[in-house]
Amino acid sequence: MFTLRKVFWSVLVLWCMLACSSSSEGNPNGGNNGDGYDRGALLSNLADNIIIPAYQDLSAKLSTLKTAKDVFVATPNQSNLETLRKAWLEAYKVWQFVEMFNIGKAEAILYGFQMNVYPTSVSDIESNIASGSYDLEHTNNNDAVGFPALDYLLFGVDSDDTSILAKYADDKYKTYLSDLVNQMESLTGMVLTDWTTSYRDTFVNSTENTATSALNKFTNDYVFYFEKGLRANKIGIPAGNFSATPLPEKVEGFYSKVHSKTLSLLALEAANKSFNGQAYNGAGKGESFKTYLEFLKRDDLVSAINTRLDEANTELEGLQDDFYKQINTDNTKMTQTYDALQKIVVLLKVDMLQAFNISVDYVDADGD
Amino acid sequence: MISKITKYLNRQTNAAPLAVFRICFGIMMCFGMIRFWYHGWIETLYIEPKFHFSYYGFEWVKPLGNYTYLLFVICATAALMIAMGYKYRLATITFFLSFTYIELMDKTTYLNHYYFISLLSFVMIFLPANAYFSVDNIFRNTSYKNVPNWTIDAIKLLLGIVYFYAGLAKVNSDWLFRAMPLKIWLPSKYDIPIIGNSLMHQDWFHFAMSWCGMIYDLAIPFLLLYKRTRLFAFLMVLFFHIFTRVLFPIGMFPFIMIVSTLIFFDSGLHKKIIFFIKNVFKGLAPKGTINFKAYYSYHFRKPVITMFAVFFAIQVLFPFRHVLYPGELFWTEEGFRFSWRVMLIEKMGISTFKIVNSETGQFFYVDNSDFLTEFQEKQMSFQPDFILEYAHYLGDHFTVQGHKNVQVFVESFVALNGRLSQPYINKEVDLYQQKESLKPKDWILPFNDEIKGL
Repeated sequence: MFTLRKVFWSVLVLWCMLACSSSSEGNPNGGNNGDGYDRGALLSNLADNIIIPAYQDLSAKLSTLKTAKDVFVATPNQSNLETLRKAWLEAYKVWQFVEMFNIGKAEAILYGFQMNVYPTSVSDIESNIASGSYDLEHTNNNDAVGFPALDYLLFGVDSDDTSILAKYADDKYKTYLSDLVNQMESLTGMVLTDWTTSYRDTFVNSTENTATSALNKFTNDYVFYFEKGLRANKIGIPAGNFSATPLPEKVEGFYSKVHSKTLSLLALEAANKSFNGQAYNGAGKGESFKTYLEFLKRDDLVSAINTRLDEANTELEGLQDDFYKQINTDNTKMTQTYDALQKIVVLLKVDMLQAFNISVDYVDADGD
Repeated sequence: MISKITKYLNRQTNAAPLAVFRICFGIMMCFGMIRFWYHGWIETLYIEPKFHFSYYGFEWVKPLGNYTYLLFVICATAALMIAMGYKYRLATITFFLSFTYIELMDKTTYLNHYYFISLLSFVMIFLPANAYFSVDNIFRNTSYKNVPNWTIDAIKLLLGIVYFYAGLAKVNSDWLFRAMPLKIWLPSKYDIPIIGNSLMHQDWFHFAMSWCGMIYDLAIPFLLLYKRTRLFAFLMVLFFHIFTRVLFPIGMFPFIMIVSTLIFFDSGLHKKIIFFIKNVFKGLAPKGTINFKAYYSYHFRKPVITMFAVFFAIQVLFPFRHVLYPGELFWTEEGFRFSWRVMLIEKMGISTFKIVNSETGQFFYVDNSDFLTEFQEKQMSFQPDFILEYAHYLGDHFTVQGHKNVQVFVESFVALNGRLSQPYINKEVDLYQQKESLKPKDWILPFNDEIKGL
C-alpha cells in the first residue's frame, strides 16, 4: 500500500526526469524528425542565401571602395573624387542588407557601431585629423568612423568640390580617409571570414528555444533592428518623433544630401527579403519567418505583415530623395512614413514574437 | 444544522499533518527567498528600476533601496523560524507582513502563487501549527497531540479553492475550443527530448492538454478528499506539476503545490515523516521532558472561527468580481488578478506614449526604455492599470522637466491568444486626466471578438 518509501521514490524518479530534461541541450538540429518545423533549415537559408552572400557583396564593394580611395589619395582630382563617391554609395547600399545581422562576430566586435553611427561628429573627426593619433575602434570614435564619417569627408568637409579637393592637399586628411576605409574593409573581412569558416555551422545548429540561441537572438535582433535601426534612426528621429522639434540634420547621408531615401528603401527591402526568406542573389526563396508563421497557421499574420511592408514602401517612395529637404518642406510625409513603419513594428514585436513564443532574454523571472 | 456545525468545529484530529505542513512550508519559503536573491532578482526587479508599479491603495509600499535586502533576510529568517516552530506566532506574522510587503512593492512581478503564499501565511498565523513537534514545545514544555480538525481543513479548503477556481477559469471558449494559449506555448517547447518534436506541435495534443488541464484542476480537490482516490490524485498532482515545470518557467510553484498536497493524507504518513526527521536529528533531541497534552485549545476560538468564515466567504466571492465590469475580462483585465487565473492567456502588447503640448499641439514620443526595465515595459504594455499609472508618471516627469500643458496619450496595440493585434486604448483620451479607481475604465477600446465562458 501507500508508504512513505513509495512517495519518496516516486518523487525521486520524477525529480530525475525533470532534472534530465531541463539540463539537456535540446535537439541540436531542432530538426525535422517528427513532422514539426525544421528551424535548422530556416537558419541555413538565412546564413547561406541571405547573410553570407550579403557580406560577400559588401566585402567586394569595400574592396572597390578601397581601390578608389587609393587612387584618390594618390591623385586627388575631381574625377577620382566622383569615382570614390560612387564606390562609397555602392558599398553603403549593400551595408543596408547586413546592418540587421548583429550576431556572432559582428556583435562581438561591435561591428555595427563602427560602420554606421550617425549623425557623425564633425568635431571628433576634425580633432582626430588634427591630432593624427586615434584609436578608430574606441567607442568614443563610433561617431567619427564608418559610412557617415566618409559621407562627411567626401561631401561635407568643405562647401564645394573645389574646396573639398583642396582639403586633400593635406596629408592628414588623406591618412584619415585612408584609415577609415581600410578599417571598414578589415572589419568586414573579419566578420565575413568568421561566418565562412566557423560561425555558419554554429549559427545553423543553434535552434533551441533559449535566450542565447542563434534562432532567438536573430529574431530579437531582427525586430530590434526594424524598430531602432530602420524606423527610428532613418525616419523617426530626424522627423522629430522623439523630440520637441524635428532634427533634420540627423538623417542618414546628411552631407551627400540625396541618398537618404535610396538607403532607407534598400533597408526596407532587406528587411522584407529576410522576412520572406528571399535570397540575396536571385529570386530563390527558402525557409524564413514567413514559412515558420505559416507552419504555425498564422497566414493571417504573414499577409498582414507583407501588406504593411508594401504600404511602408509606398510611403517611402513618396518622399523626396533628400530627407533633410523633406523634413524642412513637408515633415508630415515623414511622420506618415514613420506611422507606416510603426504598424509593422507592432506586427513584428507583438504578433510575430507572440506566435513564436520565443524565450526572451530580458524576462528573467518566474511566470505563473 | 447548528449542532452539526458545532460538532464539526469540536472535532479533533492528530496534530502531525499540521506540523509537517509547517516544516515544509517554512523550508520552502526560506529556500524561495534565497533563490530569489541568488538569481539577482532583488537587484533587477526591486532596486534597479527607477519607477515601480503600485497596487491601487498600496502606493505607499515601495522598495527600500538597499534595505530591500534586509527585508528578504527578515522574511527568510521568519520562514526558517516557522519551519522550526520557534516563536511561531511572531514568525508567521513577520513572514506574512514581510512577504506581502515584498509582493506589494511592484505589481510587475505579480504571480498568483505569490498571492497564494500571502493568503496561506495569513491563515497560518491563526493555526496551531506549532502545537506539535516544534521548538516552542520545548521552551513551553508542552506539546499537543491533537488539534481542531477544522484547522487542517482550512488549508485544504484554500488549496481546493486555488485548484477549483483555476479549473473554472479554464472553462472558456478560447481554452477549450481554440486550445489557446497552449497552441502557442506548446509548439515552442520543441527542445524537450522525445516529445519536443513529435507531440508539441500536434493539434490534438493541444486540445488534449487543454481539456485535461481543465478537468484536472476541477477534479483534483475532490479526488484528494476521498481516501480511495487520494493516492491516484497525488500521483496526478506529481505528474501534472512536474510536467508543467518542465514546460514553463514557473519557478517553485509546482513544488510548493506538491508538498502542500501532502496535507490531504492521513496522519499516519505525517507521523512517519516526523519519525524520519527525528531520526535524522537524533543527537539534537531535547534533554528535558515535555508534557504531552491531548488537545490544543484556542484562547480566542470564536473570533478566529468568525474571521475564517469571513475570510473564506471573501475568497469564494472575490474571483467573481469581474462580472461587475463590462467587456471581456481577458481583454480589460478588470478583476483578472487575485482570481486564480493561472497560465490562462497569452497576451502581448506595445504601448507608445505621446507627450503633447495642448496649447501648441507639439508632441513627441517617449522611449519607454528611458524609464522602465524591459520586463516592466512588457508587463505595462498590455495591462490598462499599468498604462494609466505610467502615463501619470510620464506626465509628472515632463511637467517637472518644464514642459507646458502636458497631455499624455498612448498608442497601444495588444494581441490576445493568437488573434491579430488590435488597438487597445483610445488614443484620443488624455490619460493624464484619468484617475485610477475600481470603476470600469471606459478608455479601453472594445474587444472585437467574443470569448464565451465563466
